[in-house]
Amino acid sequence: MDDLIVEFITETNESLAAIDLQLVGLEQNPNDKNLLSSIFRLMHTIKGTCGFLGLPRLETCAHRAENVMGRFRDGTLQVTPAYVTLIFESIDRIKYIMGELEANGKEPEGNDLDLIEKLDAVYEGRDQDAAPAPALHVVPAAAEIDPLQALFDATPGPADMAPPPAAVAPVAAPAPAPAPAKTAAPDDHATKESSLANQTLRVNVDVLENLMTMVSELVLTRNQLLQIQRHAKGTEFGAPLQRLNHVVSDLQEGVMKTRMQPIGAAWSKLPRIIRDLSNELGKKIDLVMEGEETELDRQVLELIKDPLTHMVRNSGDHGIEKPADRAASGKPETGKIILRAFHEGGHIIIQIKDDGKGLNTARIKEKAIEKGIATADQLAAMTNKQIHMYIFDAGFSTAEKVTSVSGRGVGMDVVRTNIEKIGGTIDLHSEEGKGSTFTIKIPLTLAIVSALIVEVAGEKYAIPQLSVQELVLGSDKGDNRIEHINGTPVFRLRDHLLPLVTLQKLLKLPDAPKNEAERSKTTTSNRYIVVTKVGDYVFGIIVDRVFDTEEIVVKPLARILQSIEMFSGNTILGDGSVIMILDPVGVAKATGEIKVAGASETKKEQDANVHRAGQKTSLLLFSAGDVMPKAVPLALVARLEDVDVSKIEHSSGQMLIQYRGGLMPLIKFQDSMQINTTGMQPTLVFSDGTRTMGLMVSEIIDIVEDVINVQINSDRPGFLGSAIIRNKATDIIDVGSYLKSAYKDWFKDHGEEDFDRDDMKRARRVLVVDDSPFFRNMLTPLLSVAGYEVTTAENPLRALELQERGALFDIIISDIEMPEMSGYEFAKKVRDGGKWKETPMVALTSHATKNDVEKGMSVGFTKYVAKFDRDTLLSTLSQTLAEQRHNNSEAA
Amino acid sequence: MSLGGEVTKFQKRRAGEVEEGPQTTEFLTLGIGTQMFGIPVLQVQDVLRQQTVTRVPLAPPEVAGALNLRGRIVTAINVRRRLALDDLPQDVKTMAVVVEHENELYSLIIDKVGDVLSLPTRSFEPIPPPWTAYGAMSRPASTASTTS
Repeated sequence: MDDLIVEFITETNESLAAIDLQLVGLEQNPNDKNLLSSIFRLMHTIKGTCGFLGLPRLETCAHRAENVMGRFRDGTLQVTPAYVTLIFESIDRIKYIMGELEANGKEPEGNDLDLIEKLDAVYEGRDQDAAPAPALHVVPAAAEIDPLQALFDATPGPADMAPPPAAVAPVAAPAPAPAPAKTAAPDDHATKESSLANQTLRVNVDVLENLMTMVSELVLTRNQLLQIQRHAKGTEFGAPLQRLNHVVSDLQEGVMKTRMQPIGAAWSKLPRIIRDLSNELGKKIDLVMEGEETELDRQVLELIKDPLTHMVRNSGDHGIEKPADRAASGKPETGKIILRAFHEGGHIIIQIKDDGKGLNTARIKEKAIEKGIATADQLAAMTNKQIHMYIFDAGFSTAEKVTSVSGRGVGMDVVRTNIEKIGGTIDLHSEEGKGSTFTIKIPLTLAIVSALIVEVAGEKYAIPQLSVQELVLGSDKGDNRIEHINGTPVFRLRDHLLPLVTLQKLLKLPDAPKNEAERSKTTTSNRYIVVTKVGDYVFGIIVDRVFDTEEIVVKPLARILQSIEMFSGNTILGDGSVIMILDPVGVAKATGEIKVAGASETKKEQDANVHRAGQKTSLLLFSAGDVMPKAVPLALVARLEDVDVSKIEHSSGQMLIQYRGGLMPLIKFQDSMQINTTGMQPTLVFSDGTRTMGLMVSEIIDIVEDVINVQINSDRPGFLGSAIIRNKATDIIDVGSYLKSAYKDWFKDHGEEDFDRDDMKRARRVLVVDDSPFFRNMLTPLLSVAGYEVTTAENPLRALELQERGALFDIIISDIEMPEMSGYEFAKKVRDGGKWKETPMVALTSHATKNDVEKGMSVGFTKYVAKFDRDTLLSTLSQTLAEQRHNNSEAA
Repeated sequence: MSLGGEVTKFQKRRAGEVEEGPQTTEFLTLGIGTQMFGIPVLQVQDVLRQQTVTRVPLAPPEVAGALNLRGRIVTAINVRRRLALDDLPQDVKTMAVVVEHENELYSLIIDKVGDVLSLPTRSFEPIPPPWTAYGAMSRPASTASTTS
C-alpha cells in the first residue's frame, strides 16, 4: 500500500478517536466553543487530506459532516443529541470506509447517499418540519407507542394477556428495521480496530526524554557496580552483574533508537509529489535520493520535513525548465533533482541540487530594489551569491511566480527560520542556466555518533569518527618524525605533506599536571597523529594518547559556550564523565584553512585526476639569495630537510650528502648564495623514482595555495618567470633546470617539453599524458607560463576517457613508456577515430633511435621530442601548431 | 565572621523592621567571601558538594567547566570570578547550587550554603542603576542582593 495512505490511515484513526471523545463531550456541553472548533478542525483536516489523496467517498462524508458542524459553529444550529448522533453516524461511516481502505487499499464500492441526504437535510434546515434523521430512533418510536398505548388503554381488562405480544411485535419490528438498513454495513466494520494503528504508537517526546535520563542514570549505577565488582573478585554477584550489564547496554541502545529515524522517512512523500508535479506542469523530472539511511533525531526530522518538501517542490516548479526549454539550451529533456544526505564533520548535510535554470539574479536585484531592501549601488558591489541570499529574506516573496504548486504561503524565509531554529544553516549556490544547489547543514544535536576518545594534557576529548581517516604514530626521530617548516609541524604521510596542529596549543592547555614518568613517556618520543578530513582538506591533529571509540549522544553546548568554534557539543561518557566533542571544521578553521568549504567545493567539481592550469596550486615559498621570494609547486617537492652543513661532501665540484642510504647531489639555489658554514641548511628535496636531489635555499617561508598567473616571463636560467603570490612579486623557479644540473640524464626516462613563449600568446589547449606525477606537475607550470592551457592525464586510459567526455585539445603530448598502455598504442587509438583524430601528437621519450621515430610516426605521432629540452619542446609545439593551422587553412 | 552568625543577625534585623506579611519569598542564602547572597529557593534544583568538572578550554574565564548531573550536562560557573573576586585557595572546599536558567542548568560554585529564609516581598529594593547592567548570568545573585 502507498506509504502516504498508510500514514493517512494512522493519522486519521487518531483523529477519529479524538473526535469520538470530543463529540461525547460536546453532547454534554453543547455550548463549548473550543470543543466544537476542535472537532471542526479535525474533520476539516480529514476532508482536506482525503481530497488530496483522491478518496472521494471519504471526502464527501467528511465534507457533509463538516457542513453540519459549520452550522453548529456559526450558532445557527443548536447542538442536540439527535444531531450528535447523526455526526456519529458519519464518523462510523468514515471508519467503515477507512477499514475497507486499509484492508483492500481502496475505497469500498457503493455510496453514502442515505447519509448524505440526512446530513444535507440538516445542513439546509429541511429537517426542522420533517422528522430529522435521528428522530427515527426517538420520534417514530414515540409515535408508534401512542397508538399502541391507545390501543392498550382501549382494550378491556380481560384482554390484558393478549395484546402485549401483539404490542411488542410492532415496537420491535419498526424500530430496529430502519436503523440496520442504514447502518448495517458500518456496524459490521466500525468496531474492528485498525491493525495498522496498533503497529505504531505516538509517544510524547518528553516521555522519551525522561526515559533517556533514567537510562543514563541506570548506566551510571551499572558502571559503579562494575567498578566495585572489579575490585572484589570472586563474589556471587559476578554473573548477574554481567547480565545486568548487557541488558542495560541494550536498553540504552533501544531508548536511543526510539529517537532516531532515517531521513528517508521524511523523503518518502517526495517522489509522489515530484511525479504529480511533473504531470501537472508538463515537465520531466527525475528525483534521485542518496543517503536515505542517514539517521537523524526524530525531532529534528520533523522540523526539517516541511522545509525540505517545500524546497524540493520549488526546485521542480521554479528550477527545472520545461522539456522544450531544456532541449533548447542543450540539456537533456529530463531534469534532475538530487537529494542527498550525509554526515560531515559533526554535521548532517542535506543537499538539494537541480540542473534547472538557476536563480535569476537580475530579477532578484529588481525585487530587492523594489522592496527597498538594498540600493542599486549596494547590489552592484555584491557578489551573485550575496544577491541570491536575498531569497531567504522575510517578505521577499516571489509572488509573480506563484503557481498552484508552490508559493502557497511557505516562503524561503520560513524555510530558513525553521532550519535556524534547530541550529542549522542554509547555503545556496546557483548558476544561471546550470542549476541551483541548496545545502542545509544541521548540527547533529542528539544524533548518535561514534567518536574517538583522545587525551591531551590530561584531558579527554572526543573526535567524531566520521572525520577521522587514520591514526599514525609520529616520533621525534626516524622516518616517522614530525618535521617543522618555519615553526609549523608537518608530517610525511605516504609522500604527501600533512599539515599538523597540536591540540594542546590550539586549546591553549597548560602541560598536564600528570605524574612525570608517564608524561615523559608520551611527550618525548611518540606522538599520536589523528589524520582528519574536512571536506577535501586533510590534516593531522597531534594528541598525547588515543583511547578507544565510543558511541556517544551529542548534546548541545550550553549557550555560553556556543561561541567556541572548536567544539560541536559535549556528551557524557559511559563512566559518567562529561567530555567535549571537537568540531573538525572548527579545528581546520583555526589552522588557517578558512576556505575549507569553498575550496573543497571547487575541488569536488573538477575531475580528481585532471588538473587544469588555471586553478589553484599549492606553492612552497622560500627565499634564497636575493630578497625576492621564490615559489615552487609543492607537489614537486618530495620533502623538506635541514641538511647538516658539516656532513656535506664534495666530489668533482659537486656537493653531495649521504641521504637515506644513498648519495644525494646538492645544488645551491644560486651560485652566489651563501651557505651556512656551520649548523643546518634548509633544503628542498626533489625525487623521482630512485633519484633524489637537494636544492639548498636560505629559508623556507610558507605554503600557500594560489593561482600561478605568470606576469613576467624570465630568460634567466632556473626561472620560469614572476608571478604575484600573496600580493608579492615572486619568482617561480624552473625545477627542471636544477634537475638537469644535478643529473645530466635526469630526463632520460621521460620525454619532456617546453616552448616558445613569444609566439603562442593565446591559450592553446594542451593535453599532457605522462605516468610520472613528477613530470606532470613540472610540465603544468612550465607550459602555462608559455601561454598554454594545460590538462594532464596520468595514463592514456584516462586521456581516452576525456576524449569520450568530449574534451578538445589543440595538441597532445604523450610519454611513450607507460604501464597501462604505451604511447604507441595510445596514438593508434587516437588516430583510429574519434574527436582527436586530427589533433597533432608529440611524443616525448628517450627512445630516439631512428627505428623508434619511425615507429612513432607510423602509429600517428606528428613530432618526436627526444630529450628534455625546453627550447626544442617549445619550438616543436609552436611549430606543430603553426603547421596545423596552415594545413587547416589550406584545407579550407 | 561566621556565616551562621550573620544569618541570625540578619533575621533579627528583618524581623524587627518589617511586619511579616503574607507576601513572602523564600531564599536560599549563599556565602561568598564575607558577603551573603540569596537565590529564590524555587529556582534551586540541587545543592552539591565540590565536584570534579570537565574543563572547557577557550571558554570565558568564569566558566569552571561542565559536569554530569543525573544525565544532564550542567555548566559550572565560578561565581567568584563572575563577581571579579579572587579565587579561593585550591584546598578550600566549595559548594555549588544548581539553578535552571532559560532551560539550561548552571551550577554556581560558591563558598558556602546557608539557611533558607522567608522574606517579605515588599521589603525588596531595586538595584541602583549603575549595577543593573551587571546582571546577565548572575541574575539570581543580583536579584538576591536587593534584600541585603
